Amino acid sequence: MTTARPVREARPRIEPWQDPDAVPFVRIQGVTKTFGEVYAVDNVTLDIFKGEFFALLGPSGCGKSTLLRILAGLERPTSGRVLIDGQDMTDVPPWRRPVNMMFQSYALFPHLSVRKNIAFGLEQERLPRAEIAERVAEVVRLVHLEGLEDRKPDQLSGGQKQRVALARALVKRPKVLLLDEPLGALDKKLRDQTQLELVNIQDRLGLTFVIVTHDQEEAMTVGSRMAIMREGQIAQIGTPSEIYEYPASRFVAEFVGEVNLIEARFASVNGTTMRVRAPALGIEIVTDRPVPALPGEPLWVAVRPEKMSIAKTPPAETGYNCVEGEVFDIEYLGDVSVYHVRLDNGLFLRATEANKLRLIERPITWEDRVWLSWGPDASVVLKT
Amino acid sequence: MRRGPGPFDLAALTLGFAFLYLPIVILVVFSFNASKLVTVWGGFSLRWYEAVLTNEQLLDAARVSLGVAFVTATAALVLGTMAGLVLVRIQHFPGKALFTGMVVAPLVMPEVITGLSLLLLFVSLDVPRGFWTVTIAHTTFATCYVAVVVQARLLTFDRSLEEAAMDLGAPPLRTFRLVTLPLIAPSLAGGWLLAFALSLDDLVIASFTTGPGATTLPMRIYGQARLGVTPEINAVCTMLVALVTIVVLVISILQKRRLARERIGPGPAGRNP
Ligand SMILES: Nc1ncnc2c1ncn2[C@@H]1O[C@H](COP(=O)(O)OP(=O)(O)OP(=O)(O)O)[C@@H](O)[C@H]1O
Ligand SMILES: [Mg+2]
Repeated sequence: MTTARPVREARPRIEPWQDPDAVPFVRIQGVTKTFGEVYAVDNVTLDIFKGEFFALLGPSGCGKSTLLRILAGLERPTSGRVLIDGQDMTDVPPWRRPVNMMFQSYALFPHLSVRKNIAFGLEQERLPRAEIAERVAEVVRLVHLEGLEDRKPDQLSGGQKQRVALARALVKRPKVLLLDEPLGALDKKLRDQTQLELVNIQDRLGLTFVIVTHDQEEAMTVGSRMAIMREGQIAQIGTPSEIYEYPASRFVAEFVGEVNLIEARFASVNGTTMRVRAPALGIEIVTDRPVPALPGEPLWVAVRPEKMSIAKTPPAETGYNCVEGEVFDIEYLGDVSVYHVRLDNGLFLRATEANKLRLIERPITWEDRVWLSWGPDASVVLKT
Repeated sequence: MRRGPGPFDLAALTLGFAFLYLPIVILVVFSFNASKLVTVWGGFSLRWYEAVLTNEQLLDAARVSLGVAFVTATAALVLGTMAGLVLVRIQHFPGKALFTGMVVAPLVMPEVITGLSLLLLFVSLDVPRGFWTVTIAHTTFATCYVAVVVQARLLTFDRSLEEAAMDLGAPPLRTFRLVTLPLIAPSLAGGWLLAFALSLDDLVIASFTTGPGATTLPMRIYGQARLGVTPEINAVCTMLVALVTIVVLVISILQKRRLARERIGPGPAGRNP
C-alpha cells in the first residue's frame, strides 16, 4: 500500500451518452422487483455505457442494492429485462453472467487463504494452474496485497479485506464490475484514497463499473455519471455536475449537497430570462434557465449556499435575487463557514463562504445586518 | 466487582457435583477392585478388564452397539442436514410449520412410545428384527438432533458467502461443496458425534426393536445387572463412560473453535437490512 495520497490520473473525457450512435453496454429495461407489497425497484430503465464508472445514489432502502443484485443475477426481476453487451441476461443465473460483484460485507471465504480466495473464480473456469497463478499474482500487485497471500481473511485489516474482495472480483475480468458500498467500512482518509485507486484501476483496465453508495461525495468523486434513486424509482440521471448544478426536483436538490429552497410563483418569460415572484421574500427572482410553466403556477427556486454572496452593503441592483436579513448563526467548518441568515419574515437562508481570513478577522459577525445576493445563473427553478 | 466463591458457594458446588458424579466415581473405582464383591475394596486390579475383553457375549454386544451407532450417526447426519437445510433455507412452503414441529417432536416424545410404535410398524410390515431395525429406529430420533444442530448453525450462516461463490462462477452444488460444507463441517461433526453417543446410550428403543442376535451393549449390561452386579459390568461401564467423555469433549472443542472463529471473523454481515 502506498502511503502517499494517490493522485487521480488524468482521464480522457469519454461521454458516450452524448453520442446518439453509441450502443449502451448495460441496458436495464423497465425492471421492477417486488417483495410482497414492497416495490424495491419500480420500473427502472437505465443505460450504462462501456468504460463508465456509474454510481447509484440514494437514501437507505431506495432499492440500490436490489438493482445491483438484479444485475448480478442474485435477484430475479418481477418484470422487465436486463441486457449486457447485447445479450439478454434476464434468465441467466449468476454463475454464468460476465459480471462480478464486490459485496458490501466483502464476503471473503473465511476458510480459504487470500490467494485461494482470489483464485476461486478462476478455478471455476477450470483454467490451467499456471495461468491462474499468473493472473492472481498480477491482480495482487494491482491492489498492493503482496506478502499477504497466505493469510486467512481473519488475519487482515478492514482495508486489506476490502482489497482482497476487489481483487477477487477483478481477477475474473468481468464485463461489468458491481460494487455495493465497497468503502462503507473504511475511515474517511482510507476511503478517499481508495476511491482514487478505484478510479485509476477502472481507467487502466477500461472496465465498466457500477457502484452503489449513499455517500454523495463518493458518487461525485468516482462517478462518470450517476443515477439518483428514490423509493425504487430513478429520480434523475446525469453527470455529477449536471445533477449538482441542475437538479430536476426538490428531492434531488436536497439529497445532493446543501440547498436553499424558496417557494415562488411563475411571473414571466422573456427569451432566456425567466422571472418568478417569491411572495414570502417579497422579491422577484431571475433565472437564465426558463422552464415551461403556467402563470401563477407554484414553483420552487433552488440556490446553492456557496452561490449566495453575503455582504454588509446592498448590491448594486436590489429588487431581484437579493434579500436582507440578520446573521443568526455562523457554523465554522474549518475550510468554510456557513452563515445562517434570518430574514425579516422569519425565514432562514444559508450562505457559505470560504474561510480565507481567520475567524476573528472576518468582517461579518453575529447579528449583523447583511444582504444575500446571487446571479441569474445560480437560481434553478423546480416544478416538483 | 466479583469476589471468589465463598464457603457457601463451594459447599453448594461440591454437593451438586457429588450428586451428579458420585455414582459414576464409585462405579469407576470399583471397576479396579480386585475383590469379587462389588462393595468391598480388595486392592487394585485390572482383572475385570481382562475378563471383559475375553467375554465374547459382551464383546459381541459392543460390536453390535458400535456398528449400530456408526451407521445411525452417518445416516442421521445426511438426513438431519437435509432437514436442517430445508427448514432454514426454504422461506415458505406449504406445511412448513407442521414440518418444523414434526422434526423436533421426537426429541420430547417418551422413548417408550417411540420404541413401541416402531415395534408395531416393524411387526405389521413383517420385517425381521435385528441389527437393521435397531439402526432404523435409532436413525429416526438421532436425525432430529442432527437437524436441530445443523439448523442452529445455518441460522447464523452468512448467505452472502454463497452468493459470492455463485457470482464467481460456482453453480449451487459446487457452492455447497466448496463453501457451505467446509464452513458448517464442525457442526456436522458435532451432530455426528451426538447421534453416535445417543445411539450408543439407548436402551429402551433398542429393546423394543431388536431381535435375536442383535443385542446391544446397554441391553447386555442391563440383562447381566439384573442377575447381579459384577465388577465386570463396572469395567464395561467405565469404558463406556470414557468413550462418551471423549465424544463430549470433542464436541465442545469443536464448538469453542467455531465460536472463537466467528468472534474474530468478519462478523455476521449478510444482506443489507
Ligand atoms: N429479501 C428481501 N425481502 C423483503 N424485502 C426486501 C428484501 N430485500 C430488500 N427488501 C426491501 O426492498 C427495499 C430496497 O432494499 P435495498 O436493499 O435495495 O435498499 P438500499 O437502497 O440498498 O438501502 P441501503 O442503502 O440501506 O443498503 C427496502 O424497503 C427493503 O426492505
Ligand atoms: Mg444496500
